[in-house]
Amino acid sequence: MSVDKDTVNKIARLSRIAISDAEADKMVGELNGILAWVEQLGEVDVTGVEPMTAVIANKLRLRDDAVTDGDVRDKVLANAPAREGSFFGVPKVIE
Amino acid sequence: MSEYRIQGNTGAWEVVIGLEVHAQITSESKLFSGSSTGFGAEPNSHVSLVDAAMPGMLPVPNRECLRQAVRTGMAINAQINRWSRFDRKNYFYADLPQGYQISQLYHPIVGEGEIEVTLNEKDPDSPTKKIGIERIHVEQDAGKLMHDQHPTMSFVDLNRSGVALMEIVSRPDISSPQEAGAYLKKLRSILRYVGSCDGNMEQGSMRADVNVSVRKPGGELGTRTETKNVNSIRFMMQAIEYEAQRQVDLIESGGAVVQETRLFDPNKMETRSMRSKEDAHDYRYFPDPDLLPVELDDAFLEECRVSLPELPDAKRARYEAMGLTAYNAAVLTAEAETAFWFEDLLAQGVDAKQGSNWLMSELFGALNKMGKTLDESPVNPKQAAELLGLVADGTISGSIAKQVFEIMLETGQGASAIVEEKGLKQTNDTGAIEAEIAKIMAANEDKVAEYRSGKDKLFGFFVGQTMKAMQGKANPQIINDLLKKALG
Repeated sequence: MSVDKDTVNKIARLSRIAISDAEADKMVGELNGILAWVEQLGEVDVTGVEPMTAVIANKLRLRDDAVTDGDVRDKVLANAPAREGSFFGVPKVIE
Repeated sequence: MSEYRIQGNTGAWEVVIGLEVHAQITSESKLFSGSSTGFGAEPNSHVSLVDAAMPGMLPVPNRECLRQAVRTGMAINAQINRWSRFDRKNYFYADLPQGYQISQLYHPIVGEGEIEVTLNEKDPDSPTKKIGIERIHVEQDAGKLMHDQHPTMSFVDLNRSGVALMEIVSRPDISSPQEAGAYLKKLRSILRYVGSCDGNMEQGSMRADVNVSVRKPGGELGTRTETKNVNSIRFMMQAIEYEAQRQVDLIESGGAVVQETRLFDPNKMETRSMRSKEDAHDYRYFPDPDLLPVELDDAFLEECRVSLPELPDAKRARYEAMGLTAYNAAVLTAEAETAFWFEDLLAQGVDAKQGSNWLMSELFGALNKMGKTLDESPVNPKQAAELLGLVADGTISGSIAKQVFEIMLETGQGASAIVEEKGLKQTNDTGAIEAEIAKIMAANEDKVAEYRSGKDKLFGFFVGQTMKAMQGKANPQIINDLLKKALG
């Protein structure tokens, strides 16, 4: 598996990361290096081996349905670049 | 079930419809955090640091939300997957602080099931059709955006962010707007019976994404469009009608349908493209590394199973077996709120037939006049049972019961108290009735003679006169018996 420059630009756009043309060229090489390295795993025969979901055998922990959190509006809004009353303010997005 | 065809210039077209219904799971707290799900709170007050996606916050699933999804799956006879998993669906939008929605793409908690729908749930003879359900998965809701509060900014309220949703995906088995409406109604009814969603479309607890394509009858499937977030049954039916017609017109004028996301505008009654989301479909799903797989054990599944209530189809069959007419059984079970009300009435010891007739004629009639729903009824099942009990034991007649019911609606008084206060008790005092009959016969000797010479119809006249003389408070059966005896 490998990526070309168009794919890199697309991933950057989907991730809302601005990259220059020179950076994109550089990323193509870096990403392909990473992919090639990970692809070495393909050499291992895993026929009949269950996918591993955790290193330590562990079960998903579930919560009871109770209100135990929230009501921290000022904390939630503290780092917002723009706060408007009780809301986050963001550049207008409209369909 | 219904032949729905769009007549184009090149002949008839068939419509193929699939629905993805998002139903808010009824729970106190959110899917992955302990914040409240309460509706209508101050903006951003029902938000924890998890819901706001602060760095380092970890999701912990709410057991109740998984339980409700499983119960819903059981109610539609679906395959329940003991092993399921959460995936991340990645996209950027201002209402999604995480930058991804936690959802279930590859391994949903509920697999294939089906729902039987009928075009008119109140008509027992209306034809039925089975609509396949492909899957139900559990996922997070997003926040809410407001665009009209500020000239250059949109406002974000994250109160809904992280609330649990079930996405219920149908097979493309639906072939008309009417069938789509019937499916959504039946699904809503099942969710309300199960208690997994309140089905309140006005508050956004249920909304549908509508996939529509057209084809020549029996031909290859056409390209489909997806109309997002339709929030009423009527709008959904209008959106399908418009969208199917648009696609036919487009194809017949030489164009091609583009697979795209569209919005329905209820004011203009049309759908339009959401072009800005063009490459939003590249969601780059992957298993959420913050969450282990969901593994359901036998005890969990068993509890889900035994806690399921009797569902609409089973209830309808039971009511018919109890002697209710097919029509009454269908009407009483179509909506969960009606069925529960009727069950409460039966629990008070009311006879099923008497109770169903009264509920459907008297109570529904009165509520209709007042413009109220059953939930807002001024008379509860216990009060109704008191009234019906007075009729059943002969204390008052059916016609007096109507008067008493009206007073109950106006004053909120109990039936027994009204009967006592107004002296409406039916009399079984044969002496008093016989005395009145004697008077009436004496005053109408000509009619008595006519009756005796064979004019049977006059019997009704004597019943009416006697009842009038008794001010409506005599037991009609006793009047009948005594009159027959007196008139010979």
